[in-house]
Amino acid sequence: MLQVNHLTCEREHRVLFENVSFAVQGGELLRVQGGNGAGKTTLLRILCGLYEEYEGEIDWETEQYPLYIGHKPGVKDQLTALENLAWLSRLAGSEANESLLRKALSEVNLDGYEEVLCGSMSEGQRKRVNLARLFLSPPEVLILDEPFSAIDVAGVSRLEEIMGQHLKHGGVIILTSHQTVNIDTKVRSLILGGSA
Amino acid sequence: MNLLLATIKRDLVVMARNPADMMNPLVFFVIVISLFPLGISPSEEVLSEIAPGVIWVAALLSTLLSMDMMFKSDFDDGSLEQMSLTGESLYLIVFGKIISHWLLAGLPLTLLSPLLGMMLFVNATGLEALMLSLCVATPILSLLGAIGASLTVGLKKGGVLIAILILPLYVPVLILATAMVHTGVVAGNFEGHMLWLGAILMLSLGFAPLATCAGIRISLSQ
Repeated sequence: MLQVNHLTCEREHRVLFENVSFAVQGGELLRVQGGNGAGKTTLLRILCGLYEEYEGEIDWETEQYPLYIGHKPGVKDQLTALENLAWLSRLAGSEANESLLRKALSEVNLDGYEEVLCGSMSEGQRKRVNLARLFLSPPEVLILDEPFSAIDVAGVSRLEEIMGQHLKHGGVIILTSHQTVNIDTKVRSLILGGSA
Repeated sequence: MNLLLATIKRDLVVMARNPADMMNPLVFFVIVISLFPLGISPSEEVLSEIAPGVIWVAALLSTLLSMDMMFKSDFDDGSLEQMSLTGESLYLIVFGKIISHWLLAGLPLTLLSPLLGMMLFVNATGLEALMLSLCVATPILSLLGAIGASLTVGLKKGGVLIAILILPLYVPVLILATAMVHTGVVAGNFEGHMLWLGAILMLSLGFAPLATCAGIRISLSQ
C-alpha cells in the first residue's frame, strides 16, 4: 500500500530524520513513535502531501486522498457540530445525508450537541466532531496525529474499536500517540530519533 | 459546481455569525470618506474634483482590511489543510471563497457608493460611472488580494505584508477606475475605461485562483 524509501527531512538547518525506510501493507497499523520534536508530525504531514521539503521516495499505491486528523481541530467555531461534519464529509466527496451525520455524531458521544456551535464546545468535544468522520465510510488510509489526546477513556476504547474494524477491512492506519494502542491486530512501530 | 455553492454558503454562514469582521471594513470606508469634507473643504469645486480618487483609495484600503479574513481563520483552525487534502478541487473552494469575499466586501461598497458620491457632489453620470467602476473592479480587488492573502496566511503579522505585496498590483485598477469616474463626471462617456477594467477582470479571473491555490499550498508547507 505504501512504500517509503530513504526519506530525509531537514528543518531549520537541523536534520529531523535521515534515511527512513518502511512499508505499510493493507490491514496494518503503523505507530510512529519518538520524543517531542522528533519529527512525528512532520512525517505524517509529508505522507499526506502537506509538507514537501524532503528528500526520498514516497509511493502510495492508492489514488484516494487520506483522511488526516492533525493537531488543529479542523472545525469552525462559528458552525454547529452538524454543519461542520456535513462540510467535512462534503470535502471528502460524499454527500452523507443528515441522519448518517447525526448517527456519526452520536457514535462519538455528541448526542444533543448537533446544533451547538463548536466555538462553545470543549477541546475534546471539538476533536470528537472531527473524529466522527471515522464513522462516515472513511477512505482506505487514515493518518491520525495524536487522535486520543483530549479524549476520555470511553471515547478512546470506542475509537480503538472502529480502528480495529477499519484494519479488518484492509485499511491502513498511520498514527502517532503517546498512549499505547490496544488493538488486537499487529501494531508496527516506527521509532524516530531513537529517544523514545 | 455543487462544491462552489457549498463553499459560498459556508463562508456566508460563518461571516453572518461573526458580523463585526464584516462590518468593520464598511464602517472604515464610510468614515474615511466622510473625513475629507471635514479635513479639506466642504466646497463643491474641491470635493467633486477629488471625489473619484478619495472614494477609490478608500475602497482599496477597506478591501485590504478585509483581506485578512479570507483565509486566516481557516488556516488557524485547520480547515484550510482539510480543504487542501480533499480529492475535490481546491480550485473550486478557493473560487467560492473569493466570491463570498466579494459578496461581503466588494458588493456592499458598490451599493454604498452612490450615497457617498452624492455627499462629495459627484453628478449623475459620475455616479453611474462610479457604481459601474466599483461593480467591475472590486471583484479584481478580491481576486488579486486573495493571492497576497494566501501567501501571507501562515505569518503572524501578515497584514502589512499583504499591503506591500498587493497594493502595487492594485495601481492599474486605481488609475483606470478613477479615470473612468472623472470621464463620467466631465463627458459621460466612459465605455473605453470600462472595457479595460473588464479585460483586467477577465485576466485575473483566469489566473488569480490558480495562483491562490499555489500560495495556499506554500503556506501550508511550513
